[in-house]
Amino acid sequence: MMWLKSFLLMGASVVFATNAGAYTVFVSNEKDNTVSIIDSKTLAVTKTIKVGQRPRGITLAKDGQWLLICASDDNTVQVFDAKTLDFIKNLPSGPDPELFILHPKGNPLYIANEDDNIVTVVDIEKGSVLAEIPVGVEPEGMGVSPDGTILVNTSETTNMAHFIDTESNKTLDHVLVDARPRYAEFTPDGSQVWVSSEIGGTVSVIDVKTRKPVGKVSFQINGVNADAIQPVGIRITKDGKKAFVALGPANRVAVVDVATMKVERYLLVGQRVWQLAFTPDEKLLFTTNGTSNDVSVIDVEKLRVTKSVKVGRYPWGVVIAPF
Amino acid sequence: MEECEADRRPPRVKARTRRMAHLSLTIGALLLAGAPVEVCAQSAQQPAAQTKTIDIVLVREMIDRPPPLSLLDIPPTDEGVAGAKLAIADNNNTGRFLGQEFRLDIIESARADELVSEAEKRVAAGQHFLVLAVRPQTVLLLADALREKEALLFNAGAPDESLREEECRANVLHTSPSRAMLADALAQYLVWKQWRRWFLIVGQRPEDVAYADAVRRAAKRFGARIVEERAFPVETGSRRADGGHEQVQQQIPLFTQNAPAHDVVVVADESEQFGEYLPYRTWDPRPVVGTQGLTPTSWHPALEQWGGTQFQNRFRRSANRTMRPFDYDVWLAVRSIGEAATRRGSTTFADIEAYLRSAAFEVAGFKGQKLTFRDWNGQLRQPILIATPKLPVSVSPQPGFLHQFSVLDTLGVDRPETKCKAWERRI
Repeated sequence: MMWLKSFLLMGASVVFATNAGAYTVFVSNEKDNTVSIIDSKTLAVTKTIKVGQRPRGITLAKDGQWLLICASDDNTVQVFDAKTLDFIKNLPSGPDPELFILHPKGNPLYIANEDDNIVTVVDIEKGSVLAEIPVGVEPEGMGVSPDGTILVNTSETTNMAHFIDTESNKTLDHVLVDARPRYAEFTPDGSQVWVSSEIGGTVSVIDVKTRKPVGKVSFQINGVNADAIQPVGIRITKDGKKAFVALGPANRVAVVDVATMKVERYLLVGQRVWQLAFTPDEKLLFTTNGTSNDVSVIDVEKLRVTKSVKVGRYPWGVVIAPF
Repeated sequence: MEECEADRRPPRVKARTRRMAHLSLTIGALLLAGAPVEVCAQSAQQPAAQTKTIDIVLVREMIDRPPPLSLLDIPPTDEGVAGAKLAIADNNNTGRFLGQEFRLDIIESARADELVSEAEKRVAAGQHFLVLAVRPQTVLLLADALREKEALLFNAGAPDESLREEECRANVLHTSPSRAMLADALAQYLVWKQWRRWFLIVGQRPEDVAYADAVRRAAKRFGARIVEERAFPVETGSRRADGGHEQVQQQIPLFTQNAPAHDVVVVADESEQFGEYLPYRTWDPRPVVGTQGLTPTSWHPALEQWGGTQFQNRFRRSANRTMRPFDYDVWLAVRSIGEAATRRGSTTFADIEAYLRSAAFEVAGFKGQKLTFRDWNGQLRQPILIATPKLPVSVSPQPGFLHQFSVLDTLGVDRPETKCKAWERRI
């Protein structure tokens, strides 16, 4: 009987796997210093690991072998083996690392030091600091162009998108955007960078060549106070057609047509949604909902929220491994 | 300007305060070297073509106040100044990308006439922005003395309604919330809690009476009822508030005895002379709210929402203490000037002033939404925290209190009720 049951379950999962791949989802929980690991197929938390204090930014390196976590209150970036979940090493990060991004070539790592008005450039192999780039007050958002030549950092209190040349590690330009810019995301063709402004309630679209704003996405939701619409995380599909924007305490993710910059739909998710991540096949989108302590799972094709998964306290960042 | 990264660390300098001190804190002096940094190679920033300076004068009236009841509540000597310094550092951090440099200048005196003459000199010398940490009557003296001058004043300390109403001045903006805003914020929370029957206890000082006025207005506005009102006499030898827990433990229950049924005790004691004696000592076991106990406030040192943690950390590093509401109100004033200079891309007074007065102006203040000035009296709209000494409990406006333009206008005197005339021509 047991044998039959597991056989059936296996059969079911095999069938399911042809629709969507099985990936590992990592969610950093800011308030209880843990990372929740979710199986993207079963949508169940398979493991919760203890990490450093106030984990926020989370990403993968070395083709998914390493899991990198900003342990903000420990002033370090922790490296874990993404498969065994064993701790490997700490990377120097500068004080209060919040969010980071890896160069498309896989090294170096660019870290926003929220308390110190700098971006720290770190060689993840050698574990050494290559440069510190002065930016505005409370740097957070980090985006790098697909060809790796331009890094964009946003500073929350200075309200600028700082364009940085990754060759020289020098700032090229500073583009003023609406209040409290939180996130920067390049379009896949590298022509535009989208910057969310949490308090301004908008997403600025900046042309990368001219470094001038070319448009702005605004949001309006019936029955939701405009002040509650606070865009943070942005993800753009690989074909460059759709952008997903997390709207914080509006508890919604906006689906935006990239070409027209118009909102097509709002998807109701958990409370205070901040960061987003696609599965590698882009079939699912995971959202971190800080105050409802869960992640919502969005079916990208149907544009429907299919499930919410309970994680730790104040889920902040999310990254998904190709295994 | 090729600077080492170490030079860009937040200031760890303590203020030298003296009478009529003239502290010109330029970025160089302000941003002293902090902890040693390993890497210093990549700190070069292209210098902005030509750096232009914006001076901000903090006007401090040295007021002799009676000491508060609790040792924990003794105000630090740099109260307000520390907020100004952090805002200058924040402004400069943005300004260096735009060729704007902000400088803080401090005028201090116990005499209002000295402050006025010194402020006039500064304005004549080309310093146009004044942030006021002074008594309400000194706000008016300064505003009137600088009336036809190129000067814009920010009241960051006086909560008096009259400064925003009958006695409003067209050259004064207010970043600190008014008493009516505070009382309305508290009232909304109490009504939301269904604690509608209030026992009001009022101190004898004019500011206590004014606070009680705001409480009465709020009760009427939001459907609460003041079931009893008692004046609390603070007299030497009354043995009621002379210190020593034995006396207080006996006297406070007696004083609060025989009040009609009430849900909360509302205390109006701005100068902190007796309010702290009420919690846990009242005849009936009731929460104490108002100037002590659960208080409405513009800032709380434990607020962590909306990026508050970073802001609190930054302040603690620069001032070596936690941020008080007064520091926050001053910070907001200096940041508002910086924000207008940034957005307008200008350092000239007329440009910055026009932008501050325009509908386009908004500033982020770690309260989860943009803050704007009311165009009928120059008061900054802002959410008000409802807090115990340790933690924020809630934030007003409360859900369900609606407004046709901005829910923030459910706090304080609204446009149709205003008695401010000086701003009329500016609308």
